[in-house]
Amino acid sequence: MATKISARNLSFFYGSHQALFDNCLDIEERRVTAVIGPSGCGKSTHLRIYNRIFELYRDQRASGELLIDGVNILTPQIDVLELRRKVGMIFQKPTPFPMSVFDNIAYALKLHFKLPRKELQQRVEQALRAASLWDEVKDKLKSSGLALSGGQQQRLCIARAIAVEPEILLMDEPTSAIDPVATLKIEELMLDLKEKYTIVVVTHNMQQAARVSDNTAFFFQGHIIEDGPTARIFTNPKQKKTEEYITGRFG
Amino acid sequence: MKSKRSITTRKWTDRLVRAFSALAVALAVLTMLWIIGTVIAYGHHALRPSFLINPSRPYGIANGGIANALLGTIAITFGAAAIAVPPALLGGIYLSEYKDNRAITSVLRFSATVMMGMPSVIIGLFVYMIMVVPSGHFSGLAGSVALAIIMYPVIMRSTEDMLGMVPYTLRESALALGMTRTRTTLRIICFAARKGLLTGVLLALARVSGETAPLLFTALFADSWPTNYFGGPTANMPVLITEYATNSPFAEMHQSGWGAALVVMMLVLTINIATRLLFRGQNDGH
Repeated sequence: MATKISARNLSFFYGSHQALFDNCLDIEERRVTAVIGPSGCGKSTHLRIYNRIFELYRDQRASGELLIDGVNILTPQIDVLELRRKVGMIFQKPTPFPMSVFDNIAYALKLHFKLPRKELQQRVEQALRAASLWDEVKDKLKSSGLALSGGQQQRLCIARAIAVEPEILLMDEPTSAIDPVATLKIEELMLDLKEKYTIVVVTHNMQQAARVSDNTAFFFQGHIIEDGPTARIFTNPKQKKTEEYITGRFG
Repeated sequence: MKSKRSITTRKWTDRLVRAFSALAVALAVLTMLWIIGTVIAYGHHALRPSFLINPSRPYGIANGGIANALLGTIAITFGAAAIAVPPALLGGIYLSEYKDNRAITSVLRFSATVMMGMPSVIIGLFVYMIMVVPSGHFSGLAGSVALAIIMYPVIMRSTEDMLGMVPYTLRESALALGMTRTRTTLRIICFAARKGLLTGVLLALARVSGETAPLLFTALFADSWPTNYFGGPTANMPVLITEYATNSPFAEMHQSGWGAALVVMMLVLTINIATRLLFRGQNDGH
């Protein structure tokens, strides 16, 4: 299986505080990779380098290399707008824009593509179908995205992210603010989506990691302690720390 | 147990503090009701249709009204809004969204706070010196400029506060879609905060629409329709009230002054209540 993303000696700093230390990790194409570890271990920080969203904050800095399809995206020559089209992100709290369901997706589409009205409508429908939301919202496309339930809002955000034809989806604890039934839907969706996209999901929920992921990386205090196929990590971890964490002895 | 304090005393202290705080709040509300009641009591006699339709007239001429002052106040206030609102919104956006340099931002924020505390009479004098004196005449425009200077920092700070209430994750999710910083700010963040922004503007308008001191030095007053907004003294409500209710020796003019006060008070109350209703409907901020 091809490697889509490759972190090489990736370190990260909040001002003078170092949060990640020489992370090395290969992420396979069209697979779900789960990133697990206790709170504050650097999981989200690591993920937020992949689309350079950390650059919103002046005092945050990454060093090392992050290769996507073999190209280091941390160089200044990379166009972040195009990078972020290719690398979509879903956040912990659903963040629909304050506009209608339809416009939430149409707005994202219009950022990157010039589309005639007819095709725009088709693409919105496609995205909503791909996020298994179409049947629930097809009669309320005109109502506010904020009027949907939490789980629907999160799938709207997923639809919005995949509408712009990304290759990678980053999910930062996508179900931690959502009820169990809605969580299940999103997990099923992740399994569908990996047919087309490379998914990296940060999760606190180890059952979730076990259910949805093909590979798992275990973070501890800014270091990647161990990574590999999820089945092996959960049944036969090589590192003592990994074993302690997955058996619930800390974290 | 000698060292134990009496429970009864502690309970009574507790009740006393509570009662005094409640009383203090009641006092504030009562003062407001007293003001409203007084203005209504003295002003309602004046409220006839002719009072609202006719322009003000020099003493001795019957059937004077306040229509010219009302129109003048509307022109001066909206003129001030036209001058102050666009740049004040941009300034608020800068303070909230572009925290490039904390030192500069905090100096700017402090300056705005100082400006908010600047006595309006000084702003009136200032505009008098830079506009009225050089041009040789009072004008409605000069009044607008003075009110704009007062509104500016108020709107800037309210804009900053309202944008600050929009959660950071909304900015991140817009940027994560490949949106530029400017578009994120103007189309997503400002849109999410739109009701709050409008509220800030309306409250600033209500605040300056009754300002008197700056207008005494700038717009002054005229017993004519406010057709010479750019080039001459312009009728307005606050100055009319000051002149009629206090500076005139005649009873009819006192009554007109109180009537005008009632009209201004109702306008300001309406703006405040409308704003309140508008903001209650705020639900886009997540």
